[in-house]
Amino acid sequence: MNQSPNLNSFRGGPDEDGRFGIYGGRFVAETLMPLILELQDQWNEAKTDPEFQKELAHLGAHYIGRPSPLYFAERLTEHLGGAKIYFKREELNHTGSHKINNCIGQILLAKRMGKTRIIAETGAGQHGVASATVAARFGLPCVVYMGATDVERQAPNVFRMKLLGAEVKPVTAGSGTLKDAMNEALRDWVTNVEDTYYLIGTAAGPHPYPEMVRDFQAVIGREAREQILAAEGRLPDVVIAAVGGGSNAIGIFHPFLDDKDVRIVGVEAGGKGLDGDEHCASITAGSPGVLHGNRTYLLQDGDGQIKEGHSISAGLDYPGIGPEHSWLNDVGRAEYVPIMDHEALEAFQLLTRLEGIIPALEPSHALAEVIKRAPKMGKDEIILMNLSGRGDKDIFTVGKILGMEL
Amino acid sequence: MTARMDRRFAALASEGRPALVTYFMGGDPDYASSLAIMKALPKAGADVIELGMPFSDPMADGPAIQLAGQRSLKGGQTLAKTIQMARDFRLEDADTPIVLMGYYNPIYIYGVDRFLEDALEAGIDGLIVVDLPPEMDDELCIPALRRGINFIRLATPTTDAKRLPAVLENTSGFVYYVSMNGITGSALPDPSVIGGAVRRIKQHTALPVCVGFGVKTAEHARAIGASSDGVVVGSAIVNQIASSLTADGAATEATVAGVEALVRSLASGVRGARVAAAE
Repeated sequence: MNQSPNLNSFRGGPDEDGRFGIYGGRFVAETLMPLILELQDQWNEAKTDPEFQKELAHLGAHYIGRPSPLYFAERLTEHLGGAKIYFKREELNHTGSHKINNCIGQILLAKRMGKTRIIAETGAGQHGVASATVAARFGLPCVVYMGATDVERQAPNVFRMKLLGAEVKPVTAGSGTLKDAMNEALRDWVTNVEDTYYLIGTAAGPHPYPEMVRDFQAVIGREAREQILAAEGRLPDVVIAAVGGGSNAIGIFHPFLDDKDVRIVGVEAGGKGLDGDEHCASITAGSPGVLHGNRTYLLQDGDGQIKEGHSISAGLDYPGIGPEHSWLNDVGRAEYVPIMDHEALEAFQLLTRLEGIIPALEPSHALAEVIKRAPKMGKDEIILMNLSGRGDKDIFTVGKILGMEL
Repeated sequence: MTARMDRRFAALASEGRPALVTYFMGGDPDYASSLAIMKALPKAGADVIELGMPFSDPMADGPAIQLAGQRSLKGGQTLAKTIQMARDFRLEDADTPIVLMGYYNPIYIYGVDRFLEDALEAGIDGLIVVDLPPEMDDELCIPALRRGINFIRLATPTTDAKRLPAVLENTSGFVYYVSMNGITGSALPDPSVIGGAVRRIKQHTALPVCVGFGVKTAEHARAIGASSDGVVVGSAIVNQIASSLTADGAATEATVAGVEALVRSLASGVRGARVAAAE
């Protein structure tokens, strides 16, 4: 692959056509191609423009609240009796998750491109809320496409988006989840190419989105790397993050990819188990295909039709994954494992009781993997986990499952 | 190597009229009805057939074609069956060009080489694959051209002068000008604007330029046909099929007859197009 002058690096991708190995690319309708090429040009200029970087850093510090803390989870570590567990506390960001890192970056780019209207897709509603937030901050109208099923199960976030002035459009096509919302957002974009900026929420889609979103999210890993070196004087043994589309994961993974002694673990939604169709484990149980502008691992049938998938967590309920994860899996740099709904739910409750932190259901999957691994590791070993979002939005879902009236 | 497309457009040129290009979704609402529709199209006046390959996530199509795809998939349609439909059609029509239209993933999963081999053997003449722009030509376009299957490209209002040569470079058969930005089945734009766009494309290519997106009636077909080499009708046919179905989505006696009547009317429109242009 024509990626990097340094052949030993895992951080040089994508190539100029947006490919990570065979993954990625630009599989979009002709209507969108000129736009995507323009976006790529603007992004190439912006990423090396000191003014752009300065504004990004300023908003990061004063609007998002960066750097987010690195927190030693002392009681959880004691409880599990093995490796030391650190959380990168992205749930403390403004709007409650890592999603805002990407939204601030992209809205600055939209402004630079002279776009006057923002559209976004959302699953759990975290990206929708973050998009509505930055649209309010920059005074741009915002339309958020959200699957009708998700509108129902994420009611608090729907209300937040409306408060922020965004228009939430429920999508009933298909199963009414994230992939259907993304189809609808792409349709809007195809129709309104002149004035509209499509603010994609994850490190997937046509090039340059996977690279751009990763670069905006890589602030997580850069900070965490410095913070763990300051706290422990060394790098972690394992870095763990939950993967839906995979933006929080690639954000924390990327700065560690060339640290070859650091194991990288992505956690997919195992749903109700990998035997049937009720999961979203694209890498563990899917195969490579082409959807939403990129080639990547997908859940699909033998005819190439995309399956719906299932996860307790709306944010992981997507039948694909960012292309860089597919590549990292195939070259063996990262491993991807499934966590079931019930394991995530148990982890959610454990963290709440032990550390007084209510995690979102998405990072609860990563946490369940931490709970499995930590006891088998030595007390001198370190796990770093991306606590990518807070669980306030999920209390109704969890309450319903636990049989509590809210 | 297939030459039906070039032969058909050459014949139409000597006849002095634009082509009527008709799209329908293969397998909507079931295989037998859909094959009957396909056979009825040329008899009602269609010159080129676009045979839709259903896909679960048709991101550049509007609700009408998405629903048609869902009906077709529910009826058990697969890519293999869509190719079989072309094969069955060829048993009684050796001349009408068939273009498969859809998205890349089902082809990618079927296997590009096997797909091209089967398509050629079934009598398919061209491909329109919505999510394969020129930047992705190595995937399917180049292998298809090498085997003599036309790769028909979409040009759109966003395709600027700088980009047009790249879009046309590996295009064959005809150029499909999408007359507006947006999804299939939206409103019809101004015919005079379309005429200008068609002329702009023809400065760069000798291929016929067919225009689609939004054509619903004979009057539309006449207006668009006056300034182009062909008129593509898709959503109107798909809507006609949808309106003929029972509440459960099953075909009725009106399903094939309704499409026939619509296409006959559209055909009268394209046949009057050049007369209109000369007025």
